[in-house]
Amino acid sequence: MEMYDVVIVGGGPGGLSAAYSAYRNGAKKILVLERDRELGGILQQCIHNGFGLHHFHAELTGPGYAGRCIDLVKDKPEIETMTDTMVLDVSQDKVVTAVNPQQGLFTVRGRTVILTMGCRERTRGAIRTAGERPAGVFTAGAAQRMVNMEGYLPGKKIVILGSGDIGLIMARRMTLEGCKVQAVCEICPYSNGLTRNMVQCLYDFDIPLYLSHTILKIKGRDRVEGVTVAKVDARMRPIPGTEFDIDCDTLLLSVGLIPENELSRAAGVEIAPFTNGPKVDQHRQTSLPGIYAAGNVVHVHDLVDFVSDEADIAGKFAALDAQGRLEPVVSTVAVKPVDGVRTCVPQVLHLPREGEATRLFMRVGAPARKVTLEVKCGGEVLVKRLFPVVKPSEMITLDIPADKTAIMKDEITVGLKAD
Amino acid sequence: MEFFRETDVVVIGGGIVGTAILRELSKYDLRCLLVEKEPDLSIGTTKANSAVCHAGFDAPAGSWKAKTNVRGNALYHELQDDLDLDIKWCGSLVCAVTDEQVEQLGVLLERGKANGVPGLEILTGDEVREKEPNLTTTKAALWAPTAGVMWPFGAAIAFAQCAVQNGAQVLRDCAVTGFVKEDGRVTIVNTTKGAIKTRFVINAAGVYADKVARLAGDDSFTITPRKGEYILFDKTAAPDLVWGIVFPCPTRTSKGILVCTTTHGNTFIGPNANDQDDKEDTAVTPAGMEEIIAGARKLVPNLPLGAAITEFAGLRAVSSTGDFVLGASPVPGFLNAAGTQSPGLSAAPAIAEVLVEALGKEMALRKKCNWNGRLPRKKAFNKMSASEKKAVIAGNALYGRVICRCETVTEGEIVAAIHEPVGARTVDGVKRRTRAGMGRCQGGFCGPRVVQILARELQVPVSSIVKERAASHLYYDKFTGGGTEGGK
Amino acid sequence: METKVMNCIMCPMGCELTVTMEHGKFVSVTGNTCPRGAKYAEQEVTDPKRMLTTTVRIQGALLPLLPVVSADVLPKGKVADCIRFLRQVEVEAPVQAGQVVVPDILDLGVDIVASRAMGKVVP
Repeated sequence: MEMYDVVIVGGGPGGLSAAYSAYRNGAKKILVLERDRELGGILQQCIHNGFGLHHFHAELTGPGYAGRCIDLVKDKPEIETMTDTMVLDVSQDKVVTAVNPQQGLFTVRGRTVILTMGCRERTRGAIRTAGERPAGVFTAGAAQRMVNMEGYLPGKKIVILGSGDIGLIMARRMTLEGCKVQAVCEICPYSNGLTRNMVQCLYDFDIPLYLSHTILKIKGRDRVEGVTVAKVDARMRPIPGTEFDIDCDTLLLSVGLIPENELSRAAGVEIAPFTNGPKVDQHRQTSLPGIYAAGNVVHVHDLVDFVSDEADIAGKFAALDAQGRLEPVVSTVAVKPVDGVRTCVPQVLHLPREGEATRLFMRVGAPARKVTLEVKCGGEVLVKRLFPVVKPSEMITLDIPADKTAIMKDEITVGLKAD
Repeated sequence: MEFFRETDVVVIGGGIVGTAILRELSKYDLRCLLVEKEPDLSIGTTKANSAVCHAGFDAPAGSWKAKTNVRGNALYHELQDDLDLDIKWCGSLVCAVTDEQVEQLGVLLERGKANGVPGLEILTGDEVREKEPNLTTTKAALWAPTAGVMWPFGAAIAFAQCAVQNGAQVLRDCAVTGFVKEDGRVTIVNTTKGAIKTRFVINAAGVYADKVARLAGDDSFTITPRKGEYILFDKTAAPDLVWGIVFPCPTRTSKGILVCTTTHGNTFIGPNANDQDDKEDTAVTPAGMEEIIAGARKLVPNLPLGAAITEFAGLRAVSSTGDFVLGASPVPGFLNAAGTQSPGLSAAPAIAEVLVEALGKEMALRKKCNWNGRLPRKKAFNKMSASEKKAVIAGNALYGRVICRCETVTEGEIVAAIHEPVGARTVDGVKRRTRAGMGRCQGGFCGPRVVQILARELQVPVSSIVKERAASHLYYDKFTGGGTEGGK
Repeated sequence: METKVMNCIMCPMGCELTVTMEHGKFVSVTGNTCPRGAKYAEQEVTDPKRMLTTTVRIQGALLPLLPVVSADVLPKGKVADCIRFLRQVEVEAPVQAGQVVVPDILDLGVDIVASRAMGKVVP
């Protein structure tokens, strides 16, 4: 069986960034396995711009960002990539079973493995929308691939459910492709997208946005013929009497993303609640020694730049681990989100004697203005940062210096405090 | 008069009953032909039901339902290997949650014995929980070891393929528009593809069986569509639900809301039972979903609703006679296999025997000597051993490309499903034959790839590929504008 | 005097700006919490600009479409015309990332360039 220092499952921005970071940190034999026909992942279908400001300090399109990541790994004898290759199994002893048309079924072993499978879209079934099951109901991402990469349109008269960035971007895309976007419906009382996307994808084209509205029913037996929409109350229940119909031939769903952890679960990796991804430490090591995870498979990101940042961490420590160069751990500290912070990655810190500088990635539960994020240990505030505004849709970060981690014991909390 | 086909028997309807009849007919020296109005087989009631092969204790002794259910269950045990059918013989439980219901179990047990159902047994609550730990409310249950869950579309397609390999014909996209009678006897079936000259007609048209019978002049029964709604869960939900088939105590109109496994380890809850006039309305309703959730909670209080992956509804064909309508009708040359609501799926192979026996009373039937009842093996890639996977890819590299990630379905399997006898021509047709798109992402990733493979293999434009029925177009061509309108 | 309400897009704050104008000319802005907001408001009411991203047809590549992007911002009112123009454009693989696909589109002084590289595929 072929042996690698690092085997990476997934060749999107997470996997490619991790591969490059592993290479820079001394790994000599790295393998990236990608299921699609080319590297780059979902970014290849995100043809709009706005990527890369943090990580590459340039405003790039999705394919542009993917191209930068691909350039990092190409022409390096230490990094091998395989496309059109599906990983079927990852075992606890880090044997990876994969299949492709050229090599057939094969296994490789990694001294370490990095999971970077990304995420998938929530579907109609997950939100239990009533009605028939006609053609014309697509997830926004599936439609995006057809429009931007394959050359097909999902329909002509569109309603979009969900005002996250993917929904907003698709509203503009479909309009520019000559379709009529009838409405965007959002069950929350606020949009879940960036203000810039609200302005440039909806307001620019006078597309109506219905906040606190959901789709009650999909009409049409064979092809979508319309949707019934209703206003919802504060507990997101439809309000009787507020129903109205919108004529459309297509419904695009942008109702959330789910980390793809089938391989992780089968391997026995512990999955954290709320993030629905592996529980990881600050090195992005999972509950299984030598198996690391980064990017959307750990928790859904809003910016690909953060995916790359996290993958850099995973790649670095997987490479050091493969070389036996990880520092010995002397203390374990649980990280507990409280008071308005919904999720925090990493969920646990494995610290060496002198501590270690660490960045926390968090999402809040509800929008708020002028709040202070506090990291506390035993009632004492170790680090804090003021945020003028926080939103559930935007990940926030906080850096903890090494000397502060050195004094942590057992558990820290991260929470918001109103000013 | 010009005929598009000449045959001895026309079977109307390509569901589980029609295809089982076609297979039974193919054993005899007959020209037989099945017509189905839709682009694929098994997309009516056969597509959306509980997929349970019932043991046979529900129906009153002596009824067609009782006789054909018990016989049909036994036949599926025999047919499973020959037709390579996906059936999991997991047994079923009817759970009593009140003292009244505990008494009701005794009635069911006696009825089952009268119907000849083997192995029935009453279990205590604790015995039940050894099998199904989540049935916390159950006081006692009737255990029926011969019940199973099956892959109903797979069975219908296998019946049709077996018939076709023995000389029968299947015509899809072929709707019956009327009949011509000579001396009161049906002799010609008019269809959207042309006129078919025939000696006999067997009506297995599901919820439309009464309409088809009316066209032939038989008004001896009516069919009321009874809607049943379902919620299907991801495979990961099984430990929180059940490993087998779990019924509540039955009511007058239905066997109640089940909590049940599937052949592939998913779980579902449903169905409810609501009669309606519309033979087309298969919409899922908010009230219906609440009803089945409430019903299922009586058996399993903590439902993992977050793991739901799809909701759907099907229509059962309920006959005005209260039983299956099987055999000769008042119209000479016209036979019925109608009103085949539950346990129609379980009974189908036995219904086929009943119909052929009835036909034998009207014409001489001679068995073929070279009839072949065995279908080629079709092992799913994800069920193969490592060495089997290697071998199949070595033979055809397309088996090395995974198209459906959730169910690990390869391009090789999809191409085979398109080119096999009575092959897939639609996206849902591929799904029913291979499971591509049946997983937790519900075709989000693989749907567009399946469309492209269908277009390539059938040598038609992508924009002409449909999801299910003729008007269910999926994509327009971005540059030519071809698609939904163009296909109509 | 007329007023226009808009959301600032310069940072996640998303301040609601009220712009006062006279005869189509910018006069003043309120609601901003930083100077970048004021600049954005003036630009947006006098000469709004947008980046353009879309696809053009490509022959000889793995995919039938090549994603493209404007090398700089374009007048907002011209974006639809540019998209219409680009729908008729077809290029031949191979293409390099950043390669000019349409120079000086519609005489606006901005090039349309390839967002990514696409190799030639031997059929």
